[in-house]
Amino acid sequence: MAVNIYDFTELTRNIGSGLQRAMSPGWARATEYVIIGLAFLLFYAVTGLYIIYGERRICAFMQNRLGPNRVGPAGLFQTIADLIKLLTKELIPIRNADKLLFNVAPFIVIIASFMAIAAIPFARGLQALDFEIGIFYVIAVSSLGVVGILLAGWSSNSKYSLIGAMRSGAQIISYELSVGLSLLTIVVYSGTMQLSGIIESQANGWWIFKGHIPALVAFLVFLVASTAETNRGPFDLAEAESELTAGFHTEYSGIRFAFFFLAEYMNMFIVASIATTVFLGGWMPLHFGLNNTFNHVMDIIPPVVWYLIKTASVVFVMMWFKWTFPRLRIDQLLTLEWKYLLPINLVNIVVVAFLCLMGWHF
Amino acid sequence: MQEETVKNMILGEDDDYVVNMGPQHPSTHGVLRFEVSLYGETIRKVVPHCGYIHRGIEKMCERDTYPQIIHLTDRMDYLSAHMNNEAVCLCVEKALGVEIPERVTCIRTILDELNRIASHQLWWCAMGMDMGALTTFFYGLRDRERILDIFEESFGSRLLHSYNTPGGLMHDIHPGFRKRIVDFIRYFRKKLPEYDQLLTDNVIFRERTEGIGVLSLEDAIQYGVTGPSGRASGFSCDIRKIEPYGAYRKVSFHEVLRTEGDTLARYKVRIAEMYESMHILEQLVDQIPEGDYSAKMKAVIRVPAGEFFQRVETARGELGVYIVSDGNKTPYRIKFRTPNFSNLFVISKLAPGHKIADLVAISGSLDLVIPDIDR
Amino acid sequence: MPDAGFPANPQFSEILVPKDRYYDFCRTIKTSPDLFFDYLISLTAVDWNDHFMIVCHITSTRYRHTLVVKTRLEGREELSVKSISDLWKTAEYHEREVFDLFGIRFLNHPDLRRLFLEDDYGYPLRKDFTDETRMIIK
Repeated sequence: MAVNIYDFTELTRNIGSGLQRAMSPGWARATEYVIIGLAFLLFYAVTGLYIIYGERRICAFMQNRLGPNRVGPAGLFQTIADLIKLLTKELIPIRNADKLLFNVAPFIVIIASFMAIAAIPFARGLQALDFEIGIFYVIAVSSLGVVGILLAGWSSNSKYSLIGAMRSGAQIISYELSVGLSLLTIVVYSGTMQLSGIIESQANGWWIFKGHIPALVAFLVFLVASTAETNRGPFDLAEAESELTAGFHTEYSGIRFAFFFLAEYMNMFIVASIATTVFLGGWMPLHFGLNNTFNHVMDIIPPVVWYLIKTASVVFVMMWFKWTFPRLRIDQLLTLEWKYLLPINLVNIVVVAFLCLMGWHF
Repeated sequence: MQEETVKNMILGEDDDYVVNMGPQHPSTHGVLRFEVSLYGETIRKVVPHCGYIHRGIEKMCERDTYPQIIHLTDRMDYLSAHMNNEAVCLCVEKALGVEIPERVTCIRTILDELNRIASHQLWWCAMGMDMGALTTFFYGLRDRERILDIFEESFGSRLLHSYNTPGGLMHDIHPGFRKRIVDFIRYFRKKLPEYDQLLTDNVIFRERTEGIGVLSLEDAIQYGVTGPSGRASGFSCDIRKIEPYGAYRKVSFHEVLRTEGDTLARYKVRIAEMYESMHILEQLVDQIPEGDYSAKMKAVIRVPAGEFFQRVETARGELGVYIVSDGNKTPYRIKFRTPNFSNLFVISKLAPGHKIADLVAISGSLDLVIPDIDR
Repeated sequence: MPDAGFPANPQFSEILVPKDRYYDFCRTIKTSPDLFFDYLISLTAVDWNDHFMIVCHITSTRYRHTLVVKTRLEGREELSVKSISDLWKTAEYHEREVFDLFGIRFLNHPDLRRLFLEDDYGYPLRKDFTDETRMIIK
């Protein structure tokens, strides 16, 4: 095991015991929760803002133009300015819309994505929820987002929104299968569903290298399926501006629209995080084998930085998809899932199970 | 009886889901309303409603003199502005029996072809963007800016030229004209294969365009679909070959014809036409004859009484100008037979049976410019 | 056809047919194998103050010859002529435009409604049309 990577559990235990000494157990617990919640909220918001900025810059780079570069140094405050603008916009009430569902829908989407991010490991010990069924939890919780989308489309009382929401619902539910099955290959390799366990099992190399061909296939399928899950890239017909205005979130304005927008980018970040955790080693530096000088050199870079670099690369690739490819039509999208990705996944799992039995992986 | 016919035309069965696309919509290029009756995702009926930008150009032309009409024709199909101007000028010159200098015909043809390339570039941008490949918009515009720079340098305006006048041109060309065009051709020949790499060979794009919106040759002739959309169905309708005007008699080029008639065929015809246009430019740009830039015309142009008709190949099809004159300095009646008018209504034949996403693909491949429909 | 006229036209062959033979004439020239006029370029109308003239430019894609077919509608009110939209589909829309701008009705037209303008607008391309708010007369 990698010995010289700092374990954040020391830090968290110190803070925890400090609080216990300062106040009664109940209050200490409550304070702990508040601290964690605030830390995550801050992380979520800041990461969301800067991913949006990053997308605009990257998109501009691919399209032969500059992105935002006026507001703040190199345009860094652009998204904050946009956020302030969205906050001050009028919340337009829709006639004949189902008011309760209309207001609740954006919150469901945000809450689902927030619950998923709580389980992501950023460094050893720096993880809010570390269940033994980690992966299962993450997949289950990110599926809750589809409820929010369907509610948004239905309660808007508008034909465009309804069509967009129905398409989106069909798409997300179909692609969840592929996402789950491709993650299952690594679960079979590593023998555990616990996210920190999966990362620890990559101490002698990332699964994408150790698991050779089936892991590579699973990675590619995961990348495609998760782009579809998050309504991004060539699979974004639910919000295709050139067809149905803005799909399920047409009728939302101001802060509610900001929630959908933010949730979409954070979903992309979460999905990229899962990809790095499971396939690319999470916070584990690049190791080949155990206990050699190469590993020691790699360990100099802190694990949080490794994690961020990997996630950023996957996010970059997902953005690259979006700005290069045309859009798929709904029937082509569903054909892709049911006729191509799902059979590939099933065969892949059988192959992986066989390889694991025979021990033919690193 | 009238009301019944109207209702049947518009709605179809009562439980159909009727959706409006437009008039303000990111992918109908201009103000056009499609009333689409859907069954799930499949289109049952499409009824286009035009007239949102009807400005009464034909009526205005009855009050304006012939040189003033040129400025109005620019604004019909603004992406082939030069060709629209040329149509009216040729009609008037034919009516008056005026002999135009060689230099003028050569320059007019060069500008026609440049305008055709610019128009097809914008079509390509918009087609990619409608399909969802948002980057193509910027690549096409980047290349189009070069042509617009040439136009701006030569006659001051990028899009709506009004450079033609009955008898010739408004003023002589810029001295750097030839060099700029040669540079542009050299640059664009390297860039055009990039367009193929980005969009044409993309699997997703092919899936969305192959076999979609098939227009048969019969229907193309019946509906009067001309231009690249008609040629993709095998309708040989290139006016530059049928009734050559300008310098088209002197240059050699192919008329690009395909037989499949689907969206991909229309796409490929336009890309091939860009290559052909560059070929024509290469033949002409080094041989602009010296001479006057305009024939001697009277100050007030009076076309003799009678009727005159001239057809021109714009970037979108056949533009016909029909002038009825009674000897005054303004036309008695002028009719513009515009290509987009006929191209539009074939959508109600092509779209049913496909999905909504295909409607966008089909109307993008027909390359409609709405002011041309409404005039 | 005894009562057809052949106006002089330096550019194309032109024929003036009487209103009641208009549809049959068009059908003959479309279906006859030697003439084979299959492509209607344009259909329009001209207001000559005491009569209206419908002008069709028709050409053949096989033989590349063009013909101008005209028919004369007397008077200024209650103008109607048989529609040729079942021979050439594009005529359906050209005739709607003529109806919209001139007020000439086409009988047996599948869907004769106005194309560009509102229902109560009047017929702008007629010579006696005035609209003080929208027209600038020199």
